[in-house]
Amino acid sequence: MANEVVDHGRRRFLTATTAVVGGVGVVAAIVPFIKSWEPSARAKAAGAPVTVDISAIEAGQKVTFAWRSLPVFVVNRTKAQLDQLPGLDPRLLDPKSTNADQQPKYAQNDVRSVKPEWLVVIGLCTHLGCVPDFVPDIKPEPFDANWKGGFFCPCHKSRYDLAGRVFSGVPAPKNLPVPPYHFVDDTHIQIGVDPKEAG
Amino acid sequence: MANVFTRVGDWVNERAPNMAPMYRKHMTEYYAPKNFNLWYYFGSLAILVLVNQIVTGIFLTMNYKTSALEAFNSVEYIMRDVEWGWLIRYMHSTGASLFFVVVFMHMFRGIMYGSYKKPRELVWILGMLIFLVLMAEAFMGYVLPWGNMSFWGAKVIISLFGTIPFIGDALVQWIMGDFLPADATLNRFFALHVIALPLVLLLLVVLHIAALHEVGSNNPDGVEIKKGPKGNRWDATKPTDGIPFHPYYTVKDLFGVGFFLMIAAFIIFFAPTFGGWFLEHDNFIPANNLVTPTHIKPSWYFTPFYAILRMIPSYFGTAIWGVIGMFGSILLLALLPWIDRGQVRSVRYRGVGFKIGLAVLVITFLALGAVGAGVTAEVIPEWFPSVDVTTWENAFGRLMTFGYFGFFVFLWIYTHFGFEKTKPVPERVTTHD
Repeated sequence: MANEVVDHGRRRFLTATTAVVGGVGVVAAIVPFIKSWEPSARAKAAGAPVTVDISAIEAGQKVTFAWRSLPVFVVNRTKAQLDQLPGLDPRLLDPKSTNADQQPKYAQNDVRSVKPEWLVVIGLCTHLGCVPDFVPDIKPEPFDANWKGGFFCPCHKSRYDLAGRVFSGVPAPKNLPVPPYHFVDDTHIQIGVDPKEAG
Repeated sequence: MANVFTRVGDWVNERAPNMAPMYRKHMTEYYAPKNFNLWYYFGSLAILVLVNQIVTGIFLTMNYKTSALEAFNSVEYIMRDVEWGWLIRYMHSTGASLFFVVVFMHMFRGIMYGSYKKPRELVWILGMLIFLVLMAEAFMGYVLPWGNMSFWGAKVIISLFGTIPFIGDALVQWIMGDFLPADATLNRFFALHVIALPLVLLLLVVLHIAALHEVGSNNPDGVEIKKGPKGNRWDATKPTDGIPFHPYYTVKDLFGVGFFLMIAAFIIFFAPTFGGWFLEHDNFIPANNLVTPTHIKPSWYFTPFYAILRMIPSYFGTAIWGVIGMFGSILLLALLPWIDRGQVRSVRYRGVGFKIGLAVLVITFLALGAVGAGVTAEVIPEWFPSVDVTTWENAFGRLMTFGYFGFFVFLWIYTHFGFEKTKPVPERVTTHD
């Protein structure tokens, strides 16, 4: 207690180290609170693959299935609808599906599917995640006088063609994503599993 | 009796000698300019609505169920089975919309009379923070009934964060706690809506008022009363043009409260949904993750910002530009004290350019609100049946977005390069005795 002279260097060092160690402790203590916001184990477990029956989907019809709580559109495209696709290329943002994140390799083709007539896409607009409406008829629509059939997002008016390819000049930046899927047989597809994984 | 009160007062005073001076500092000895007009009602009205939201909110939580399965039905239960539950809920939902009416008026007053200018920048910044927290609070409250518009509103707003490069998708999942807005999302929004954000909001309101009382209130003439003559009926050292906040402005504000409550009561009793503007029709349908409402739109008070988001297309494979534009439109408001270099505060003595600019700001803000709410998408086909709606809506919306941002650019050029021709500012407030 008789220490008359204050060692400022020592005091600064002790203050700094205490602050650093305390700071590390605070950061470490925050981590559990941040991580508690991640999807829980139960939420993650709900993401298993689903097998769906497509035999009842008629030509020109769309049916929505749920996979990981996401709406997956399965469309049975007619020949007339498929014939319109190449002509739309100049009006699209990414007509050749060059963005590899938006579809698996086996769907990176002109019709963005494994079998030409069957379109399988996740039905969430790539802008802000609304579910686009299915507007299949080839006729003028209020939002597009040269409509050749496709998807129209009611939220911010993004448009996609019947291969899920996005038009230029709309808010959405990317084509509709194609989920991993494969044909189990002619009338069933499994969503969530690649063809090669399925063997 | 009086003796008991005096003794209690003395007892407290002995133990906390600074409490009575604090009351005097903020009420009976806070000298506010004597020329406040109608525009000065909205600050106290905002406090009134805040109290209403807290009280009705507390009572709503007593019957509300925080669960994706039960939330929608519990709100219907409050509306139908809980005694007076409908009134409490309509007071809360109407209060939310009126909060924004009052706050927009309050902000417009600040811009019109230059209340954000030196030395009141801190008051303005704290006010903008209140506005941001209020928007978060309103958005999360809107999600709680778990109607279909709640669900899709949550989806769209959370997806805004998904546009941030690299971390976007992980961030969205982190906010939702699932792959879609779900039970986890609803629960955390409830916690934030009823505990976290109200605490922050109250703290910010206290700081906003404390910061205001440090520098004193501005007034419609933009005159600094502290720099004017000294001495009034109550104190020889205080500004001549100041009057004690209590009782003069408390009584004036009570008149405003009475008028405001009449309007609020009319809405609560006769038009609680306000034609779909305060409570949207699609929110009377339970949340459905596979069906998007045909016309998805946020609550009316978000529509101007939402329109800016919608009007800016994506470039370079990302939609983040619209998000930047939307948040930028709010950030620019917060930066007004530094954008506006003019020395004259009140619109009464400012140049013609400022008056026109202010009108443009109001018109573009309202027009963007109409675009965001889908009004233009409805009226364009009616008025001009032969035109392409999307093209015209985009043209109009982009022009208005340009006008909104143009106000800030113009204001800076106008004031920084000395183009503004101001009128002489009077020495004292114009309506002194």
